[in-house]
Amino acid sequence: MAIFKLNINGTEHQVDVAEDTPLLWVLRDHLGLVGTKYGCGIAQCGACTVHFNGVATRSCVLPISSIGSSKVVTIEGLSPSGEHPLQLAWNEVDVPQCGYCQAGQIMTAAALLKQKPHPTTEEIEGTMHGNICRCGAYHRIREAVKLASTKI
Amino acid sequence: MSTINKNSRREFLKLTGLTGGGLMLGFSWFSAQAETPVVVNEAGIAAGNVGFNSYLSIATDGTITIFSPNPELGQNIMTSFPMIVAEELEADWTKVKVLQAPLDTKSFDRQVTGGSGAVPHSWKLLRNAGATAKNMLMHAAAARWSVPVEECTALNGFVVHSKTGNKLGYGELAEDASKLPVPKDVKLKDRKDFKLIGKEVKNVANKDIVTGKGLFGLDFHREGMLYAMLQRPPAFGTKIKSVDDAVAKAMPGIVNVVTFKNNVAVVGKSTWEVMKARKLVKIEYEKDGNIESTADHDKLFKSLLDTGTVTVRRKDGDVDAAFKNAAKIIKSEYQCPFLSHSPMEPMNFFADVRADGVELVGPTQTPGAARQATSKLLGIPEDKITLNITRLGGGFGRRLKTDYATEAAELSSLIKAPVKVIWTREDDMTGGSYRPAVRYRFEAALDASGNLVGYKLRGVGINSGNPTREDNFPSGAVDNLLIDNVEHVSPITTGAWRAPITNFLAFAEQAFFDEVAHAAGKDPIQFRLDLLQKAKEKPVGAVKYDIDRMMGVTKLVAEKAGWGTKKGASQGFSVYFSHRSYVAQIGEVVMKAGKPVVKKIYAAADCGEVVNLSGARQQVMGGIVDGMGHAMFSKLSFKDGAAVQKNFDTYRLIRMKEIPEVEVHFVNNGIEPTGLGEPALPPTGGAIANAIFAATGKRVKNQPFMEEDVFKNPTVTPNIKTNTKLPKSSFQKTKKA
Repeated sequence: MAIFKLNINGTEHQVDVAEDTPLLWVLRDHLGLVGTKYGCGIAQCGACTVHFNGVATRSCVLPISSIGSSKVVTIEGLSPSGEHPLQLAWNEVDVPQCGYCQAGQIMTAAALLKQKPHPTTEEIEGTMHGNICRCGAYHRIREAVKLASTKI
Repeated sequence: MSTINKNSRREFLKLTGLTGGGLMLGFSWFSAQAETPVVVNEAGIAAGNVGFNSYLSIATDGTITIFSPNPELGQNIMTSFPMIVAEELEADWTKVKVLQAPLDTKSFDRQVTGGSGAVPHSWKLLRNAGATAKNMLMHAAAARWSVPVEECTALNGFVVHSKTGNKLGYGELAEDASKLPVPKDVKLKDRKDFKLIGKEVKNVANKDIVTGKGLFGLDFHREGMLYAMLQRPPAFGTKIKSVDDAVAKAMPGIVNVVTFKNNVAVVGKSTWEVMKARKLVKIEYEKDGNIESTADHDKLFKSLLDTGTVTVRRKDGDVDAAFKNAAKIIKSEYQCPFLSHSPMEPMNFFADVRADGVELVGPTQTPGAARQATSKLLGIPEDKITLNITRLGGGFGRRLKTDYATEAAELSSLIKAPVKVIWTREDDMTGGSYRPAVRYRFEAALDASGNLVGYKLRGVGINSGNPTREDNFPSGAVDNLLIDNVEHVSPITTGAWRAPITNFLAFAEQAFFDEVAHAAGKDPIQFRLDLLQKAKEKPVGAVKYDIDRMMGVTKLVAEKAGWGTKKGASQGFSVYFSHRSYVAQIGEVVMKAGKPVVKKIYAAADCGEVVNLSGARQQVMGGIVDGMGHAMFSKLSFKDGAAVQKNFDTYRLIRMKEIPEVEVHFVNNGIEPTGLGEPALPPTGGAIANAIFAATGKRVKNQPFMEEDVFKNPTVTPNIKTNTKLPKSSFQKTKKA
C-alpha cells in the first residue's frame, strides 16, 4: 500500500492503495466515481475509457503508480453541467439502450473531437471500433458523434 | 430513475413531491386480486398501511410520478410504460418522472423482463391507469366550476372549459380529485388521437446515463459492505477436491475466504484486492461428470441425428409416403455453436442477510424468482426479503437466472456481513448458462411442379430442451410434416438467450427454405407466399401464427428493398414469427477479397401498435446488429469441459466498422402491441446467409459464418448472381401492374 495523489476532474484526491491497482478500481471503489465502467479488464471493450492528459485511455489496465501528476478526466468531469456537445448529441439522437457502455463511448469520442473536431465517417468508425456496445447501438453512436462534431 | 427502498416512505413522498398532498392513485390494476383502483393518502403511506410502489401520483406542483415495475435492460420500458399512462392522462410529458419500483408482488403481477412480453401484458392496464386519473381530474374541475363534465376537456396537463375559458392545471386539481370516488369504467382514447404513442420519445434515463450516474448493480454501494469474488470450477463436470486458501487469506485487504458448494469465495475490502487474492487460492478439482469438448459434440450431433432417442413434436399426414413419391428431395444440415450472453455489465449482486431479514439489490430480469430462490435456499420467508431492482447493463436472458443473486445471499449468510459479489468477464464467459449448441437436419420433398409436399425437421441440441418451434411456419402449410428432436444432456449449463431457440432456428430454417425455393425453381419470396396462401386456404392441422401478418411484413420488405428488381444487388430474404411479432428482412451482401460484407439490411416489422418510435427503431436496429454479429463472428467452444474463449480478445463481438446500413419499416395496422425486444433478431442470420448465396452461389450452413472454410481461406472468385434469374413472383407482377 502506498499513498497516491491524483488529479481527477480538476480536483486533488489522495488514496492509499496497492501500487498495481488499476485506475478503474480506484475511481470506482475508492473515490465513488462509478460512471467509469468495468467491462472486460483487458482493454478490449472500452467501457472504462477515461482521459489521461487528454488522451482516451483504458483505465482498467492503467496502474495507479503510473499516473503521477497527470490529469485524469472521467465522464463525471467531462462537463460540469453534463452538457458537453457529445452528451447533448447523445440525447438528441437518443443513443442509449442499456446504457452501460455509453460513458466509455462518449469519452472515446470526446478525445477524438478534441484532437479532430470534424472527423470523417471513417475516422469516427476507426476510433469507435474499439468500444463494444452489446446492445448494438452503433448506428446512433456514429450519428451522435457526427452531430456533436457539427456543434464544436 | 432511482430505486427506492421499501422502507423509505418519507423518501418516497419526497421523490414524488407529495409531501404537500396530491392525487395518489393505486396502480392496482396490475394485481390479479384487486381490479378496482384505489386512492391512497399520504397518511396511509406514511403509516405503512399500504404499499406505495404501484402508484401513479400527481403532486400539487403538477409533477406526475409513475413507477415502472419491470426491470430495465435496454428495452426502454422505463420510457414506454409511462408514455402509455401519460397518453391517456393527457399529461405534459415534460412533467412526468419515472421511478423504478422495487419487487412488489402484491402490486404487480409480472415484474419480469423476458419473452418480449411487458408492453403486450400491460398495455390496457397502463391505459386504464391514465384514463382513470384523467377522468377524476376532469370531474374535480367540473365540480370546481359547477359545469357539466362533458363540457370539459383535458389537454397537456390542464383541464379546460372552453365556454368560459377556465383552465386548471392537474397539480391544482390533484387534491380535489383524490377525494372523488374512483370510476370503474373509463373511456380510452381512439388511436387516431394519440399524441405520444407512436412518436419518437427520448429515453428518460439519457441524462443520467451520459453523465455517468451510478444506475447499475455494479455501481451500488452500501457503507461498510464487503466485496467478493467466487472461484467457480473452471471446467463443467468437475468439483472441488481440496482448497488451500492460506496465502490468499493473508493478502492485504482480504477479510475472509469461504468455501461453499463448488465455490471458493474471496471476501475483502475492495474489488482489486479480492481479484488479486483470488488468483492465489490453490484449488484442486476432480471429475464429477462428463468432461465434454466441442469436438465431441460435433461427432455426437451426427450420430444422434441418426440414432438418438427422438421426441416427436408435430406430425401431419404421411411423410414416408410423401418422400417416397417425391420428384425431388432436398436434405441439408445446419449447426450453431454455444454463445455467451455477455451483457456489458458482468453479473453482480448485493446481499445483506441479517437476523431481521434479507436485503437484496441488483440487476435481475426476474426479481420475483430471485427472491423465491433465496427464500428457499436460506429458509427465510419471502416477506422478510426485500429486493431492489437496479438498471441492468444488458441481460439477453442471462439475468433470467437467479444463480448470481442466491450465491450472494448464501455468502452473506455465511460471513454475516453485507457483501457484493462481482463476476469478472472471465467468470461470466466461463461460468455458464450459454445459448445451447444445436444441429438441425431438414428434409423437403417436392412434387413434379415444385410444390412442397413433405417436410422433416430434426433438431439435436446440448441441453436445449425442444430446439424446434413445431407449430411455427411452415407447419399448417405442408400436407406431410414431421418435426422431432433429440436432446443431449450435458454438464455444460445452458439457458434462454435473446429470442430463445429461434435465434438460431430461424437462420437454419430460412436458409433451408431458400435452398428449397431454388431447387423448386421458384422465387424465394413467392415460394413462402404460396405456402402461406395454402395455409390460409387449406390449413393442415393447427395454424398457430397469423398468416396475414406474416404476409404483410414479407410484402412490405420486398417492396422497400426492391426485391428482384434492384440491379446488381445480391439480396437474401428471411421472415420469422417469434413471441407475438413478425419481422421480415432482406440482406444485401457484396464480396470483398473473397469475404462477404453485409452492406444493408431492410427490415419490416409488425409488432402491432408502436409505442415509442425511437425505442422501437432501436430494438429493431439493435436486434439486427446483435443477430448479425453472432451469426457472423461469435462462438464459444469447449475443450475438456472448459470454455476456450474467456474474454473479448478471443470471443468476437460485432463492432462499429462491421455494421451494415439498416432501414426499418413498421406495419402500422393498429392492433395492440405484440412486443419487440426480441423478434427482430431471429430473421437476420437467414437474410445474410441467403444474400451470401445470392452473391457467391455458396451456402453457409454453420455459424459463425466467417469461420466457414470458404471465408477463412478465400480462394474462390465470387460468382455474383442476382435473384432476377429466378421467375418473378406474382407479388412483383402485381406491384408493377
